[in-house]
Amino acid sequence: MKEILSGNEAIARGAFESGCRVACAYPGTPSTEILENTINYKSINSSWAPNEKVALEVGIGASFGGGRALVTMKHVGINVAADPLFTLSYTGVNGGLVLVSADDPEMHSSQNEQDNRNYAKFAKVPMLEPSDSQECKDFTRLAFELSEKYDTPVMLRTTTRISHSKSVVHLDEPVTGLPEPKLTKNAAKLVMLPGNAKVRHPLVEERIVKLSVDGATMAINRMELRDSNIGIITSGACFQYVREILPEASTLKLGMVHPLPHNLIREFASKVERLFVVEELDPFIEEQVKAMGIAVTGKEIFSLCGELTPDRIHKAFSSIGITTAALQTPVTETTPAKMPPRPPNMCPGCPHRGVFYTLNQLKAYVSGDIGCYTLGFLPPLSAMDTCVCMGASIGMATGVTKVISPEEQKKVVAVIGDSTFLHTGINGLMDMVYNQAPATVIILDNRITAMTGRQDNPASGFTLMDNPTNRIDFPLLCKALGVKNIRLIDPFDLEQTRRVIQEEMNRPEPSVIITDKPCVLVKRDGVFQREISLEVTEDKCVGCRACLKIGCPAIEWRPGDGNKGKAYIDPLLCTGCDVCRQLCKFDAIGRIK
Amino acid sequence: MKTQITNILLVGVGGQGILLASEILAEAAMLSGFDVKKSEIHGMSQRGGSVVSHVRYGKEVFSPIVPEGEGDILFGFELMETYRSLSLLKPDGAVVANDLKISPPSILMGNDTYPAGLAESIKARFPDFLLVDGQKIAEEAGNVRTANTVLLGAVSRRLDIEEQYWMQALEKMVPARVLAVNQKAFLEGRSL
Repeated sequence: MKEILSGNEAIARGAFESGCRVACAYPGTPSTEILENTINYKSINSSWAPNEKVALEVGIGASFGGGRALVTMKHVGINVAADPLFTLSYTGVNGGLVLVSADDPEMHSSQNEQDNRNYAKFAKVPMLEPSDSQECKDFTRLAFELSEKYDTPVMLRTTTRISHSKSVVHLDEPVTGLPEPKLTKNAAKLVMLPGNAKVRHPLVEERIVKLSVDGATMAINRMELRDSNIGIITSGACFQYVREILPEASTLKLGMVHPLPHNLIREFASKVERLFVVEELDPFIEEQVKAMGIAVTGKEIFSLCGELTPDRIHKAFSSIGITTAALQTPVTETTPAKMPPRPPNMCPGCPHRGVFYTLNQLKAYVSGDIGCYTLGFLPPLSAMDTCVCMGASIGMATGVTKVISPEEQKKVVAVIGDSTFLHTGINGLMDMVYNQAPATVIILDNRITAMTGRQDNPASGFTLMDNPTNRIDFPLLCKALGVKNIRLIDPFDLEQTRRVIQEEMNRPEPSVIITDKPCVLVKRDGVFQREISLEVTEDKCVGCRACLKIGCPAIEWRPGDGNKGKAYIDPLLCTGCDVCRQLCKFDAIGRIK
Repeated sequence: MKTQITNILLVGVGGQGILLASEILAEAAMLSGFDVKKSEIHGMSQRGGSVVSHVRYGKEVFSPIVPEGEGDILFGFELMETYRSLSLLKPDGAVVANDLKISPPSILMGNDTYPAGLAESIKARFPDFLLVDGQKIAEEAGNVRTANTVLLGAVSRRLDIEEQYWMQALEKMVPARVLAVNQKAFLEGRSL
């Protein structure tokens, strides 16, 4: 049986076929769909954790209990989970543990493009890198086997192109005969006090040497000898591009990118005239090959930035006179019409819009965070001044108040979504209260993790497997952290929103404002309520453009041919949130009758 | 079986249903015995940004991305996005596009105007250009929301995949309650 699956769907299938018991993750592009697909397999207990560190710890517990566990996250999530990862490398596993790192070269949806192959080397754990969806499934199965065979967590690294591309996958039946999980005690291996850890560390070093030696005969590290003039060491998506662009070249395809199979690399290098490494981002393979004393060309012709594509690989080889499979010259633009860009935007009816409009009006210094609301940076809202990583907004707001004047401190506002606050923002708020920073925090509670595609979280009231559960009470939580000034606002009421934000900005103490309108994309019945759409009464509209300042996709400026232009509201897009009506001084906007 | 790869690009605006159309296309290609790969970036693009989906099929497909200037067919869901992606096509490539204009933020805010004469410029560069009033034909077929299926039908005529595989793919990918109207819309498009 075969199906067309994305890399992420194939990893979920591979986990199912491997008899995986537990899958845990924090959503993050491009990794999110893995857990959204493991829920289709009832033998896997799938759950969202509040952050990646907790997700990995849940996986570790399941592994120690003897069950196979899959933990997935985007590349920057590994930064959060790095603490347990580095010591898990010492303890090893009981049931197999596979950690997926979904990297994002080109930053299609990320704040940096760190190359997480470095983490495998740093934490001294093996890393597999698939090249298409079939390999995503097969490598997931192999990763579980290697994890148990070598007593190590195994990282599976994808990139956006691998996670989100689809290709044909042959499905297999799940494995049988795995041992039943049960509690076992092995403190010398699992309690990492110095005395025990000192015993474990040499085993880690031996393990990585053994994996390197064994890697030379693993089927996933594959030498394909064709033309001996050019030999290319490559892996992941780049392997496919190389086969497309240089079909005659010999290739050493590495399915395991850490540790490298040194013997196989030496053998391959001896069989070709000119050796190249084609890899995205860091010269990870290249530097190790060079350290082996082998001459190789890599980053002299390939960029350290962005993803590689067939076109970029073609250009790199052309630049040193190596001709590639005939590519047509791209059609040149003969009629250069002016093409307005099409950036992403907040949805019509998004509860964030009125808040950012207000922050812009109040000239706030906005310490931003990661989520849909980061789009508040874009014009015409233009109300975000910083954005670094998940949960950073509150700590950065505290920090900036420590160095500026009391007058300027009034301008400092941190904005953070419900899911991001629970991810790592809560510690920042603890610090803000503990050390009494006079900044304002706005928790944009839209009841969902929206940016990654509306995933549930501990404040949505439901689990990944759609079971009703406790919903975190934000006012009560903030009260417990010691916040004295806690205000709830309706972000669709602009007068209230402005008044409350202004009052709290002026207050020389920590304060938290919580918005209480849900994301328009929440599908669950009764959460988001669409209201009657609004319309513009043409006679009353004077063309002042005030309603356009919120950048709502439902509102369009219609230039009048020779006459004064007017605003128009698309009744199909409008959700009736009412924010634009409150901006109109001429009473030209009202509900459709 | 031919060894050459067929390259199709589906372009439009996030939220238009491009991913579903590209999945039906890939499924039909697989059912008719081809190797198939498809690639697009979902993430920020879902919030009304530009979307480009690549579908490639043939005896053996390596890269999931169509090299620039190698596209056989550009399947446009929106006029400006169709124009924006013309450089991905071969000089003798075909364009099938929906006659639909969706304004990006700068136009909605009145800072830009929707470029005029796009259909004419596309026709001048790519003689094999079919502009389809997808909404109108979809409405006649019984449901205005099947415009993408009408376009897919028009694209299908230009591909070496038999009608039965398209029908099977639709059956698999489209919800049962709207299958009949989508099949009708597809055949309307296929007869254009």
